[in-house]
This record gives sequence, C-alpha cells and structure tokens, in this order.
Amino acid sequence: MMVINTQYRQGMRRLLIGVLAMTATPQIHAASAEEILKNDCAGCHNLIGPAPTTLQALWNRKGPDLFYAGNKYQARWLEKWLQTPTRIRPAGMFYANHVKPGAKGDEIDTASLADHPALAMNDAKAITAALMKLTTRSELIRPGEYKPGTVSLATGEMLFDKFRGCLSCHEIEPGYGGMSGPEVYTAAARLQPDYLISYMRNPQAWDPKVFMPNKHLSDVDLQKLVHYLRAIDEENGK
Amino acid sequence: MKKPHTLLALLLPALLAWNALSSTTASAGEKPEDNYRTYCAQCHGVQGNGKGINSRDMSVQPRDHTDTKEMSARSDQDLFKAIEDGGLSINKSVLMPPWDDVLSDEEITGLVMYLRTLCRCKHGE
Repeated sequence: MMVINTQYRQGMRRLLIGVLAMTATPQIHAASAEEILKNDCAGCHNLIGPAPTTLQALWNRKGPDLFYAGNKYQARWLEKWLQTPTRIRPAGMFYANHVKPGAKGDEIDTASLADHPALAMNDAKAITAALMKLTTRSELIRPGEYKPGTVSLATGEMLFDKFRGCLSCHEIEPGYGGMSGPEVYTAAARLQPDYLISYMRNPQAWDPKVFMPNKHLSDVDLQKLVHYLRAIDEENGK
Repeated sequence: MKKPHTLLALLLPALLAWNALSSTTASAGEKPEDNYRTYCAQCHGVQGNGKGINSRDMSVQPRDHTDTKEMSARSDQDLFKAIEDGGLSINKSVLMPPWDDVLSDEEITGLVMYLRTLCRCKHGE
C-alpha cells in the first residue's frame, strides 16, 4: 500500500509539474515579450502615446511610434522584419537630422543612421504578438474599407507621380523616388490596407506634426493608390 | 495714498493687454526656420537652394529660394497661397503640396517672411 501510495504521489507530482509547465510557458513568453518591449524597445519607440505635438519631439523621435502597431502593421511582415531588419526610411526617422549639403545637392549622411537590432525567431514571434495587441487608434480605422482591386503599373505610377506627387518623397523601387519618406514598394506587405487608406486620407490624424502633407485625396484615389502599392509590392517581390 | 491705486488702475489694462499679446505670440506656433527645416527642406534643401534630398527624381525641380530674381517675381500673397493650398492653386506644379492641415495662417505668414530673408528680396524688386 505504501509502495502504491508513493508511486501514486510521484505520478501526481510529475503530472502536476507537467501541467504547470504547459500553462506557465505562454505566460513566461507573454511576460518576457512585454519586458523586452519595455526594457529594449521603449528607448526608441513610443509604446504608450501620444504622437509628437511639437517639432522638437518630432525631431527627437528615434523610431516609429508603436502604440498603435496593431492598427498599422501586417503581423507576418513584422515577425519576419524583426529577424532580418532592413532600412525602410532612406534618410532615417527625421531626414533633416541625417542630411548634409553636398556638391550636387543635399546628401544623406549614412554614417549617422543606426541599424535596428535583429531578434531571434522566438523573440520576434513573441514581440509581434505583443505589438499586435496595441490597437489604441482603432477609431481611425474603418474595417474592410479597402476593397481589393487592380490597377496597371503604368496607370498607378501616373497617379502616384504626375497627378498626386507622392513620388517626390517616396521610393517606388530601390533607388528611385524621394528619400524623406518611407519606401513604398514594401508598404503593402508591411501595412494593413485599411490603415493605408486612413493614413493617406489624413496623416495628421495619426501624427499631428508629421512632414507628410494631407493631399485631400478622394475615396477613389485612396482605393487606387492601395491597388498600386499592392502591384509594386508584387513586382518588387519577383 | 491715492496715487499708487490710480497708477495701478492705469497700468492694469496695459499689463493685461501685454499678457494677452504675449500669449497670442506663443500660440502663433513653431518658429519659421523650424517649420522650414521640417516641411520645406525635404525638397527645397537644408540651405533653401532647391536641392533637397527629394529633388533628384522630381520631374519639376523645387524652387531655389535663394534665387533673388525668381523669388522677387512672386508676391507675398502667391507665396502664402502656394504654401497653404499647393502649387496648383497658383498654376504651378502639383509636386508642391498643400500644407493647410499642418501649418496655421500665422505660421505660413512667418514662412513667407522667412522666404524673403532667404532670397534677400521683396516682391517686384
């Protein structure tokens, strides 16, 4: 009886440890993701808001605001990018901090730009999951507003460049376009389509001091521009 | 004994007016040179010479704000309108966007005055 009791107790203890380990693992992950965000990311990224309301705060911003990351990013892209980060803004977060006059015009002082650290796969997954929970600006998104459709590359580029002037600040392929804004040939993979519509409609609603103007785009233009961003993303991925 | 009170009564409205004026000045927004560095320099250049980092692939080159001849041909009203409503509003390029959602009227007026210091010119000179 004693033997059976001892074996039973040992068995129960192992079962309990097993159950605890299974339930505790995600909690440890969730806690560590939030800890990483707080300890390692908050130095460069705003995780609680609000966006800068003065130029000085805008100039001092080191990385994109993340307090609405869940409204903004595509989770799949985020997880991949955190493991193999590349530069999205050719001239950094605020271009004027990284630009100097050159012989032919202003040049980017690449030595002044910092690289984003790469994360291990498990950390990237956990951080992505934690970031996607940050949806503090949901009121600016109309879910399902973007209706998938197509536009030819030529028509899209005409709209993006000649008619609306977006090319002035954004690159539509590596090395072609403006450099003060983020590259847009990866925008469709990077950003949620409904966020793209909302941001292009009114950049200042998201970021009051941002140096992207409100071009007063029509709803038709907004849809076509996202069609175009999807087309150049596909072209870029080939 | 009445004199200090009379003096205070005389000075108080002036003090209040001065205070109101200073708060108006404070709410006029950011400094023109700071707005220029943030919004204009991306195309017009950190030195205002039209050679900003975005200018390389632009089909219409940004205005050189240090060009006295070109800038003196533009009225203050035209400059104000171009900044507020974009290039198209004065029959110029669509590549100059409207900044009405970012800059207040006071800030645009400040930028027009700042442009006059960059070109060292006045309209019609």
